[in-house]
Amino acid sequence: MATLKEVKTKISSVKKTKQITSAMKMVATSRLRGAQESMEAFKPYASKFAEVLGSIAGKAGEEASPLLVPKEEVKKVSVILCTSDRGLCGGFNVNLIEKADKFIKNNLAGKEVSLTCFGKKGRDWAKKVPMTIDNQYIGVVGSKFDFSVASTSGQKLINRFLEGAVDEVYLVYSHYKSVARQEPVIKQLLPIPSLDEMEKNDAAPQAGKDAAYLAEHICEPSSDVLLGEMLPKNIFIQIYDALLQTSTSEHGARMKAMENATKACQDMIGELKTIFNKRRQSGITSDLMDIVGGAEALKG
Amino acid sequence: MAENIFLEVVTPSKAVVSEEAQIVVAPGSEGEFGVLKGHTTFLTSLKLGTLRYKDSSGHDRAVFISGGFAEVLPNKVTVLAESAERRKDIDVDRAKKAKERAEKRLSSAGGGVPADIDFVRAEAALRRAIHRLSIKGVA
Repeated sequence: MATLKEVKTKISSVKKTKQITSAMKMVATSRLRGAQESMEAFKPYASKFAEVLGSIAGKAGEEASPLLVPKEEVKKVSVILCTSDRGLCGGFNVNLIEKADKFIKNNLAGKEVSLTCFGKKGRDWAKKVPMTIDNQYIGVVGSKFDFSVASTSGQKLINRFLEGAVDEVYLVYSHYKSVARQEPVIKQLLPIPSLDEMEKNDAAPQAGKDAAYLAEHICEPSSDVLLGEMLPKNIFIQIYDALLQTSTSEHGARMKAMENATKACQDMIGELKTIFNKRRQSGITSDLMDIVGGAEALKG
Repeated sequence: MAENIFLEVVTPSKAVVSEEAQIVVAPGSEGEFGVLKGHTTFLTSLKLGTLRYKDSSGHDRAVFISGGFAEVLPNKVTVLAESAERRKDIDVDRAKKAKERAEKRLSSAGGGVPADIDFVRAEAALRRAIHRLSIKGVA
């Protein structure tokens, strides 16, 4: 049985934990807002790009870019894994890593897999397995970063793809649906999935409108050259988008996790207080009994 | 000049320009081109350079563009650039520092292999920095 003093210490320690978790929640909330803002700011660029890309993709041939051509034999596969640097965000990283792990085991069995890691957690996992790590970027996800991170890492992958050092590239990231919902997603980056599909996915809402003015678009240089320039950019955009989404998801997940932790602390404090009061009351009762007993004895 | 064309410059981090312009002159990869209202639909890539336009009250504006794409519609020009800054937003100190850094890197490479990715990047950074400074009038 815990003594009165032990219970008291316990209460104060839980209170301190609660202070920390609720502060972390507040930090995550404000970071989440920032991340959401950069996601919003990126949208006009991404959607316009997809619209333009979708429109020239229809005109250019499949042979416009080597990035479109699937390799005959797929031996080496590269996976970009986006996770957070820091923990304390619930099952966020575990979910992402599990998704990547399953995908590698089920779909890429027998192939040479190497990883590009954004975020410490994914890298630590890859080190433990162990797996080959091509590149690692720490301090990107969850903080402020700009487009150049995506274009640098993307360019490296494209170069490797063109050299033949990798045959396929996949991207694993967390799709941000809402504060409460983040979903690990896998996307094929290279070779670029056929353009028809891309059009369907990215430019679907504008498709009808596009077709109307497309026919007369003058392209300079030719549409094939333009497409060749735009496709790598599109890869960078996808990576950037994945990073933004993962960052936002991380903050969302952390906010939720910290909210739960704060609530759990609150519950615990309540329970401990009940125990404390009971214990104190029983102490008083037994003291009283002693006094009463002593007085009775004196009376004789 | 009665009619204006709508100009939009967007980058991944924000919309830099979104206003009416009397005329837009952009650094196309095949040469500089000017756009007035009623231009035929046109799609081109842009190289690093200065996008110039006259705003609705007739002031000349300059925007630094790091290269990208432009889509021209009869009443609208959309520029997609990886980075873009209005003249007044260009950070001279930062550009100067970037220039020094790039120069140092290039000279330490000692005329290294031009295909080297770091070399290419330093060169691009240098070009960006010089251009930013020239827009600002600090050569």
